[in-house]
Amino acid sequence: MSAPGAVELGGGSIEPTNVAVSVSDLRIDIATTGTPVISDVSFEISRGEILGVVGESGSGKTTVGLALLGHARRGLRIAGGSVLLEGRNILELNDEQLRKLRGGVVSYVPQDPASSLNPALRVGLQLREVLEAHAADQDGGKNRADHSERIAEMMREVALPDDPQFLRRYPHELSGGQQQRIGLAMAFANRPRLIVLDEPTTGLDVTTQAHVLSTVGDLAKLHDVAALYVSHDLAVVAALASRVAVMYAGRVVELGSSDDLFAAAGHPYTRRLIGAIPRLTGGRSLVGIPGHAASPGDRQPGCSFAPRCSLRIEECEREVPALRPVASGHLVRCIRAEEVLAQAQRRIGDPIDMPAAESVAALRLDNLVASYGRHEIVHSVSFSVAAHECVALVGESGSGKTTIARSIAGLHHNWTGKISLGEEPLHTSARRRSSDIRRQIQYIFQNPYGSLNPRRTVGQIIEQPLRVFGVASGRAASHRVGEMLERVSLTASYAQRYPDQLSGGERQRVAIARALVSEPAVLICDEVTSALDVSVQAAIVELLGNLQRDLGLSMLFITHNLPLVRSIAQRVAVLHNGEITEIGDAAQVLGSPAQPYTRQLISDTPSLETAIAEVGLGEAPMDVGSGAPAGEPPVDTAPTG
Amino acid sequence: MIPAAGPDIAAAAVPLEAPAVHATSLLRRSLRLWRTRIGALLVGLLVLVAIVGPYVAPYGPSTPVGAPNSLPGGKAVLGTDYLGQDVLSRLLYGGRSILIMAVIATAAGLIVGVIIGLVAAYARNALDDVLMRAMDVIMAFPQIMLALVAVAVVGAAAWVIVVAIALTTVPRIARVARGAALPVVERDFIASAEAMGVPRWRILFVDLLPNTLGPLMVEASLRMTYSIGVIAALAYLGLSPDPNGANWGTMIQQNQIVLVVQPWGAVMPIIAIALLTMGTGLIGDGIARTAAGIDRDRSSG
Repeated sequence: MSAPGAVELGGGSIEPTNVAVSVSDLRIDIATTGTPVISDVSFEISRGEILGVVGESGSGKTTVGLALLGHARRGLRIAGGSVLLEGRNILELNDEQLRKLRGGVVSYVPQDPASSLNPALRVGLQLREVLEAHAADQDGGKNRADHSERIAEMMREVALPDDPQFLRRYPHELSGGQQQRIGLAMAFANRPRLIVLDEPTTGLDVTTQAHVLSTVGDLAKLHDVAALYVSHDLAVVAALASRVAVMYAGRVVELGSSDDLFAAAGHPYTRRLIGAIPRLTGGRSLVGIPGHAASPGDRQPGCSFAPRCSLRIEECEREVPALRPVASGHLVRCIRAEEVLAQAQRRIGDPIDMPAAESVAALRLDNLVASYGRHEIVHSVSFSVAAHECVALVGESGSGKTTIARSIAGLHHNWTGKISLGEEPLHTSARRRSSDIRRQIQYIFQNPYGSLNPRRTVGQIIEQPLRVFGVASGRAASHRVGEMLERVSLTASYAQRYPDQLSGGERQRVAIARALVSEPAVLICDEVTSALDVSVQAAIVELLGNLQRDLGLSMLFITHNLPLVRSIAQRVAVLHNGEITEIGDAAQVLGSPAQPYTRQLISDTPSLETAIAEVGLGEAPMDVGSGAPAGEPPVDTAPTG
Repeated sequence: MIPAAGPDIAAAAVPLEAPAVHATSLLRRSLRLWRTRIGALLVGLLVLVAIVGPYVAPYGPSTPVGAPNSLPGGKAVLGTDYLGQDVLSRLLYGGRSILIMAVIATAAGLIVGVIIGLVAAYARNALDDVLMRAMDVIMAFPQIMLALVAVAVVGAAAWVIVVAIALTTVPRIARVARGAALPVVERDFIASAEAMGVPRWRILFVDLLPNTLGPLMVEASLRMTYSIGVIAALAYLGLSPDPNGANWGTMIQQNQIVLVVQPWGAVMPIIAIALLTMGTGLIGDGIARTAAGIDRDRSSG
């Protein structure tokens, strides 16, 4: 199959002369085996335009981003296609030419600002180096005073102080957001034509993220720079990019303006992805996408999404569908795109019927004060979680939410105040608590890659609490393990596997099974979805919600993701600098926040609603809906991710 | 395999081979390397000589079979030593005591060192400092010096030599064990076990230890190499439990004076010790390379 011509791809509204970079038929292979990782990727970016590239882990979005710099990661090889920048195909340049190009005509902002800055050099010097490296290439070097003026200008552009004191700081003396602004300043320093941003706001707080995003948007517009913004977060992309390319299994499956895409996507995958995003106005269950994307070697002929698609027909598996226009500037790689578009884009999830919380408090915190050393992190926090209730604890990093969780679990010992389970006050240390108390409070950790012992099988991991608490042993225990695996939508055969044979979503399911196997009363979930893809996050939250309601658990759900709260919790507590600023009904707090901090947090949270509301589409066309498209398989039985 | 949540396609680009780095799989994988195979072959050969040797030796270790320092030929295949004893027989007898002492000393040092290292890593408090500074004090003495002092004070009994070598092995193993355990201690599955109230000894030996085996196996084989070397060196200096008994180190010392007249008496034990230490060294190197290879796959994946 062949991709349509490059000019046509840019969409009708864009003048060909305005095109800054044009990628056509890009193909990237695994160097040793020749297995394609990226196939026929074509797009254009105009000057001053931001193209968002979204996709989940393994979709190839970062690989495409790096190819725009003429770079392929170790083990990969750019096998074909062209990247035209200022009339030159940068894939044909030699190393020396590429070196001159990078940081000058094209520049890159990596995901982790902390590791991309040299920790031993002052930031001012690092900015100067960027300028000098390319000034030397061009005119043999300018004088230093000139650079100082430019550096000050760059600092003002990214809204950082331009005084010498600030420039004399080392990277570790800056906050994460400031580091990323320095990264942006360096990327924009030589007035590039093209800038590739690889998830630059991952790991930043929403407020910081909002500032960085607006800086990116302003700078791209101001300097007429074409930007490629790689992200897994559709809401971020919706807020920032004018056009979006959705990647799946190494191919662009949909390309169009963000308005088109988020209002009426033409590819089933895009629709499911959008459906998996939690909404601030939500109160609906999230629906994940069953199955997982095939890795490069395993891709079948035909549409790569077909095995997970509810609209699959026989023809889908015959050959890879072409990326074809369905409207002006809107391309979809699906043979049934017209039928998809004919359906109104609905919310997939059903409204959640949250059970009424009982008045008895299962868990109660009174004046909890927690410290690290002499540094007080949590100041006098009091709240309670009723039986059968899920309370969300939201806050930015450093607000103390994980410290509270670890204090409840007895993993953080340096606290005063009172935490009681039912009527019984808890000892600070888990070891001093009775075995029954430990059994009743279970903890699910943020990172499923760290919370499972890599040397133990899944069966041994889930069996551990049964043995430790003396609940069951021998055959009874294995039986419980099998039952628990089914409960978390895995199969009993998973018991024989090791954690590194599982995907992130599957690991988190195992962690959930381990927490629930001993039938606890209180479940503490500490940012359990932050390491997962959106579609996997949706499935995990859906599972947790169902389990909480079915088993009558009391749950403390800790997250920094505000929209997620509406899909799982009845009540929400907003934590700021170790104090609860607002607590109450989730719909109420998020719908009409009383505190300025909560309002700020909500307005900084990128969400599809605000992105869509800005283009005047509002909620109406996306409302209620009866559920998934016809023929939808029951999603709650299939493992996701 | 399923790409992990690591950044993007890289996870898929590097095919994830065998799963977890279990100790046995690490050994098996390391045997794919030629250096490990050669090492295993050498060690196997010399261990066989040490174990079976005394049963197949043509003469006893102290039986005079001919004129002193006679060249190979006649009754003595490798000639005779300075007392007219058969060199081949002494060679076949002379490995056992070195090997047994080295294995016991290394094993004892390994066990104690692992316990100290894991406890120090898991404690994360003053106990860590106390233990590791104590290790530093022992480490300040060169291995051979400490053994010499011990033998000089107590006498050249086998247990003295074993204890002295074990003692000097402990801090080196402890450092490696602590270093390997420190990052593991911070991982959430340890916190999870703590929250459940799993006994501390179980956390140390069931959760922590298996995750530190890679570096420990490398260090253990290195320590084995050094132990063999030190025991042979002590014997060479005349400090072995039986100063007239057959022992590779003793043989070198006894026959080195006549090296130009009857070289076999000194050269053969030298070759034996060299091959044995080379073998253990190669095995350690193979394991280290395999472990590093696994780490490399992981970091890019």
